[in-house]
Amino acid sequence: MNPAITATFKLAVLASLAAFPFYGSEFYAEVVAKILILAIFAMSLDLLVGFTGLVSFGHAAYFGIAAYMAVMLSPDFAAANLWVVLPASMLVSAIAAFVIGLFVLRTKGIYFIMVTLAFSQMAYYIFHDTKLGGGSDGIYLDFRPDATIAGFTPFSFNETLHLYFFVLALMVLVYVFLTLLLRSPFGRVLVGIRSNEHRMQSLGYATFRYKLAAFTIAGALAGLAGFMYAVLFGFVTPEYLSWHKSGDVLLMVILGGMGNLAGAVAGAFVFVGLQELFSDWTKHWQLLMGGVIVLVVLFMPGGLAALPGRVLGFFRKGGKNG
Amino acid sequence: MDFTTFLIQLLNALQYGLLLFLVAIGLTLVFGIMGIINLAHGSFYMLGAYMAFVLTGMTGNLMLTIAIGIPLAFVFGALLEALLFSHLYKRDHLEQVLLTYGLILIFEELRSLAVGDDVHGVPVPEMFAMSIPLSDTLSYPVYRLVISGVCLLLAVGLYFLIQRTRLGMVIRAGSHDRDMVQALGIDINRLYRTVFAIGVVLAALAGMLAAPISSVYPGMGGSVLIISFVIVVIGGIGSVWGALVAALVIGFADTFGKVFVPEMAGLMVYLVMALVLLWRPEGIFRKG
Repeated sequence: MNPAITATFKLAVLASLAAFPFYGSEFYAEVVAKILILAIFAMSLDLLVGFTGLVSFGHAAYFGIAAYMAVMLSPDFAAANLWVVLPASMLVSAIAAFVIGLFVLRTKGIYFIMVTLAFSQMAYYIFHDTKLGGGSDGIYLDFRPDATIAGFTPFSFNETLHLYFFVLALMVLVYVFLTLLLRSPFGRVLVGIRSNEHRMQSLGYATFRYKLAAFTIAGALAGLAGFMYAVLFGFVTPEYLSWHKSGDVLLMVILGGMGNLAGAVAGAFVFVGLQELFSDWTKHWQLLMGGVIVLVVLFMPGGLAALPGRVLGFFRKGGKNG
Repeated sequence: MDFTTFLIQLLNALQYGLLLFLVAIGLTLVFGIMGIINLAHGSFYMLGAYMAFVLTGMTGNLMLTIAIGIPLAFVFGALLEALLFSHLYKRDHLEQVLLTYGLILIFEELRSLAVGDDVHGVPVPEMFAMSIPLSDTLSYPVYRLVISGVCLLLAVGLYFLIQRTRLGMVIRAGSHDRDMVQALGIDINRLYRTVFAIGVVLAALAGMLAAPISSVYPGMGGSVLIISFVIVVIGGIGSVWGALVAALVIGFADTFGKVFVPEMAGLMVYLVMALVLLWRPEGIFRKG
């Protein structure tokens, strides 16, 4: 598609997201904030799945670890400083991703899928079985972090509007960061690894290190999402690390179309949108969700991002085999 | 720990490991032969357990239930393969993961619609509802021994099926080189359908056998699925004997983990996996 049209479309979406909280209710502002956080989560996974060719089925681990850190690094009866606790939480997730990456990146293909899953379960049980973070009941974040820096408080998370715009800004930042990263020589190597790892090795690239770096960055960004999720909802449970969460975020990436950052964002919107819609209809909404997943896999390879191209292709070919 | 307690834990570990083996067979065969990663495999275990609950309520007898359940599970497996899984063979692993993830949601909700979300119990069959006294205070339930026995018999039967029959020969050949098997004029679709259905039957049977000792509850398929994955990974994908060894290792790690380090019990299984993978990234029994 024409890049100018795409860019205009993205800017229009951004503008409507910025205008949204002034028209929608506070409830919907929180829903959209949640979607934006999940969009960050989905983009971080897309770096692995879509760009590096690493299908991680345990990405919720890094999301959940930083969410727990948001609570555990905060004092009990006061708010933590955002500028300390946010980077610290992301760092813990990054370290976890680095260490787990040392193990899982030794494996390939289907082993990689299963092993990432197993390691995320390990993280899940650490929080589920031990008293570290309140056990299976989870733990509450009583005070949202305080954004004071050098005596100046630019915004307060107790205002939904401030929280919303902070999350929106983060989402845009992550989008820009990943776009630049993927354009850099480092990013080109990652895409090269996805296409043909052996060839990259023959060219002299130590692909393991590149994959480990990507895995760590993706873990840190998933941590960013998990941290904001904890701040938004005020509690953390082991479910944040569960394999259902890993499955959900993988689904967002696929729905949007792998290897497309804007697609990952769109995937997050569609996923939560469907979730809200279906759960409004029936308490058995997962039945419909499951049905949608099955249909998407069977009939919509390439996800949403491929949809405009497929529709155009359908008309160009005169509807023969769109 | 005195000897009697040790013996009880040993038998428990054996029984748990063997039960996991039944579930893992289907997973490892379906991957080894058809190249499919099936997340919904744990759901077959769950469906088996619920089938035990519903049918035992009607027939009043777990034995009869199992006799009815096995053909039902076989037909269900064959239908599922024909309608859905046969479309997945040429897709990549990611799409398989997603489709089968979607299936889990569907199966769980159908279960919820059909029998609700309560936890149920299934009575131990009367002829096995007794215990063998081991000391003055400790005894061991006969039913658990029966489970181990049945699983062992099945393992032996499977050995003969795979090593000594024509079907087994084709299965082995299929896991080695699919295209060649097809080129030799063997109906690969029928082979796939049979293997898939056998996997479903074994998982459902494991669920039916386990129902009286573990109770029947929502989400019971999920935990079994993940543990089975670990077993398949440790044993080496596609290797039935690897799965047997790995299932026993996991059974012991989990059972004795709960005895010695109860606060870390959930972790034990995954620690074992991490160690095995450090040693052999492709599992213990991976064929070259």
